[in-house]
Amino acid sequence: MKIWALVSVLLIGVLLLWAEGDIPAFGDPMAPSYNYVADRYISDAHNDTATKNMVTAILADYRGYDTLGELTVIFTAGVAVLLLLRRGGRL
Amino acid sequence: MIWEFNFALFLFLVICAIAAISVRNLLSAVVILGVYSLIMAVLWAEMQAVDVSFTEAAVGAGITTILFVAALSRTTRRSKD
Amino acid sequence: MKQDVVIRTVCRLVVPFIQLFALYVIIHGASSAGGGFQGGVIFASSFILIGIAFGITDARKRISEKFTVLFSATGLSIYAGIGILCIIFGGNFLGYSFLPLPLPGPEIRGLAAEAVEIGIGITVMAVMTSIFYDIAVDEEAA
Repeated sequence: MKIWALVSVLLIGVLLLWAEGDIPAFGDPMAPSYNYVADRYISDAHNDTATKNMVTAILADYRGYDTLGELTVIFTAGVAVLLLLRRGGRL
Repeated sequence: MIWEFNFALFLFLVICAIAAISVRNLLSAVVILGVYSLIMAVLWAEMQAVDVSFTEAAVGAGITTILFVAALSRTTRRSKD
Repeated sequence: MKQDVVIRTVCRLVVPFIQLFALYVIIHGASSAGGGFQGGVIFASSFILIGIAFGITDARKRISEKFTVLFSATGLSIYAGIGILCIIFGGNFLGYSFLPLPLPGPEIRGLAAEAVEIGIGITVMAVMTSIFYDIAVDEEAA
């Protein structure tokens, strides 16, 4: 069983190393992840939201719905731990 | 981006990752995981992602370690396998 | 479990500074690195430090469990409430520029983003403290 685990890990590792050649270079302006909305964020974020930190502008304004979901996940985790582990019926 | 600095950090990262899963004492594993998070935070800062680095240092190295230690206080310290 | 007097004194000295730094991180999230998540976690870590140094029973007396439950819901309500306010004033959900404030549009969006960050900070702080209270062993009760 351990042999198979080692073989599968090696296989996946070789696959990942093989695919690594196609990753764009660090900071490459032609990388696919920089080519759709990133230009608009960089040019407009400060004028749109009057926040100096572009990351906060994206997290709290442009992608506000995602951040609301993130916060709901944290709240749900807290409520789940509360329901599972808290004893004595105290709130 | 200093090439040698990055290389040393990545080396320590891999060493920490292997040590964290091979150590028998679970408390040591938690502490090594905290070191892993701290090295990762330095790496993020070096890649100029300061917000991510801040989050990694606060959440990964701080709260996660504390919650793991708190969870360990409810169980035994030794791993069975 | 009560720790040594040195630890307790240093903890009492350090906790206000940690909380001040956490508030700084939350408020300055809009203009420098930081934000609600990081600031909330740092704020929670100050409560956890109290719990470690003075014992969890003592920490529960200072920040009660009811407080954490109440505040974890409050932060989420602030966030969702701002979104619903935007609907009431005729915009989309979380379309901040429709909020009726006497400011130019971008300023309103920046202000709403900061309010949202404060909501995030409150929820994260309360949830992390609550999880620590639930997971850690209460040695005096056990």
